[in-house]
Amino acid sequence: MIDISKVSKWYGEFQVLDQCSTRIAKGEVVVVCGPSGSGKSTLIKCVNGLELFQRGEITVDGTSVGAKGTNLPVLRSKIGMVFQNFELFPHISVIDNIKLAQIKVLGRDEGEAAENGLGLLRRVGLDEQAYKYPAQLSGGQQQRVAIARALAMDPIAMLFDEPTSALDPEMINEVLDVMVELASDGMTMMVVTHEMGFARKVADRVVFMDEGRIEEDCTKDEFFGAPRGERAQSFLSKILQH
Amino acid sequence: MFGDFDFKIIVESLPFLWEGMQTTFLLTVVAIIGGIILGTLLALSRLSGFKPLAFIAGSYVNFFRSMPLILVIFWFYFLVPLVLGRPVGGFYSVLVAFVLFEAAYYCEIIRAGVQSVRPDQIYAGQALGLRYSQNMRYIVLPQAFRNMIPILLTQAIILFQDTSLVYVVGIKDFLVSADLVANRENRVLELFVTVAIVYFVLCLAGSLFVRRLQRSYAL
Repeated sequence: MIDISKVSKWYGEFQVLDQCSTRIAKGEVVVVCGPSGSGKSTLIKCVNGLELFQRGEITVDGTSVGAKGTNLPVLRSKIGMVFQNFELFPHISVIDNIKLAQIKVLGRDEGEAAENGLGLLRRVGLDEQAYKYPAQLSGGQQQRVAIARALAMDPIAMLFDEPTSALDPEMINEVLDVMVELASDGMTMMVVTHEMGFARKVADRVVFMDEGRIEEDCTKDEFFGAPRGERAQSFLSKILQH
Repeated sequence: MFGDFDFKIIVESLPFLWEGMQTTFLLTVVAIIGGIILGTLLALSRLSGFKPLAFIAGSYVNFFRSMPLILVIFWFYFLVPLVLGRPVGGFYSVLVAFVLFEAAYYCEIIRAGVQSVRPDQIYAGQALGLRYSQNMRYIVLPQAFRNMIPILLTQAIILFQDTSLVYVVGIKDFLVSADLVANRENRVLELFVTVAIVYFVLCLAGSLFVRRLQRSYAL
C-alpha cells in the first residue's frame, strides 16, 4: 500500500531524512516513534507529498508521490491525515469542515456530504456538536472531528502525525479509542506517536527513527521484547519509566 | 471673530455639500472595493511560487508606495486621456488612480493577512485534496480577511480622508463643494469648520467602531 524506498531529504545543508525505507501493507498498522527531531513527522508528511524529498521514492497504492506527472491533490484526497494540532478550519462549523472537501474535491452533493458527515460524527460520538464551531469544542473533541473529516473522504490509508501530543491527558484516551476502533476495522494506518500503550495494543509493526534514519523496523513484539539498537533501548527505557 | 458666525449659510448649502459628499463616498467605496480586489490578486502574485509574477507584483507595489498620492492623481488626470486618445472625464481618471494606488497598500495588508494563517492550516487543506486555488478560496483567504478586518477598516478611514486630494484636479467632492460655497458666499470660516467637523466625526466614528470590533473579536 505505502512503499517508502531510500528517501532522503535536506533542508539546505541539513539532512533530515537519511535513506529511509519501509513498507506498510494493506490493513497494517505501523507506529513510528523516536525522539523529537528524529524526522518522524517529516517522513509522514512526505507520504502524501506535503513535504518534498530530494532522493528516493514513495509510492502509495502504486502511484509515485514524487513523480512529476502525479496529480498530488487527487492522491492526497485518497489518504486521510490527522495533525498534531487538529487543524480544523476555525471559520466554518464542524459539519462544514467535514462537508467541504467531500463537495469540492469528490463532487458529492450537499445532502450526501451532510449525511455522510453526520454518520461519521455519530461514529466518533459527536453528532450533537455538528453545528458548533471548532473553538467551542475541547481538544479531544476537535481531534475526533478531524478524524471524521479525514474519514469522510473514504481514504485508502490514514496518516496520524502525533495525534495526541497536543491533548490534555484526560482527553488522550477518547482519541486513542477512535483510532483503536479504526485499526480493528482494518484501516491501513501510519501513526507517529509516543503512545506506547497504543502501539502495544494495535500496532503490527513499530518503526523507530533517530537522527533521520530508520533504526528499527520490526514487529511490536520484537520491538518491545528486545529492541536491537542501543538508541531504541534507551528511548524505550526513558519513555516507559513513568 | 465667531460673533458673526453664520449658521444659516451652512444649512442652506447642505444639499450642495451632500452632493459633494456623495462623490467622496463613491470614490471611497469604489477605491476600497477595487483596491481590495486588485490588491488580493497582487498579494497572491507576490506570494506565488512563480518568480516572474512575484517580481512584477513586488515592483508594482514598491513603485506605487514610493509615489506621493497627489502625484499619482495628477498623472492619471493628464495621462489617462492621452493613453486612451479621448477625454474620459476627471472623475474616472481619478477613480483609476485611487484604485491602482490603494491596491499597492491593500496588497501588503492582504499579504500579511495570508501569512498570518498558520502553515498547518494550508497543509490541512492540501491533505484533503484541495487544489491551491481552492485552498486559498475556502481556507486561507476567509481566515486572512477575518484577521485583517481592523487594519482594512483603518485603511478605509485613511482612504476616506485621502480622497480630499482630488481637490488638485477640481473634482467636486465634499471638500471642493465646500470650497466653492466658501468662496462664492465669502464664508470661509463657516464652511471649513463644517468640513473639519464632518471629517472628524465620521473618521472618529470609524475608529471607535474598529476598536470595538477588535475588542469583541479579540482580533
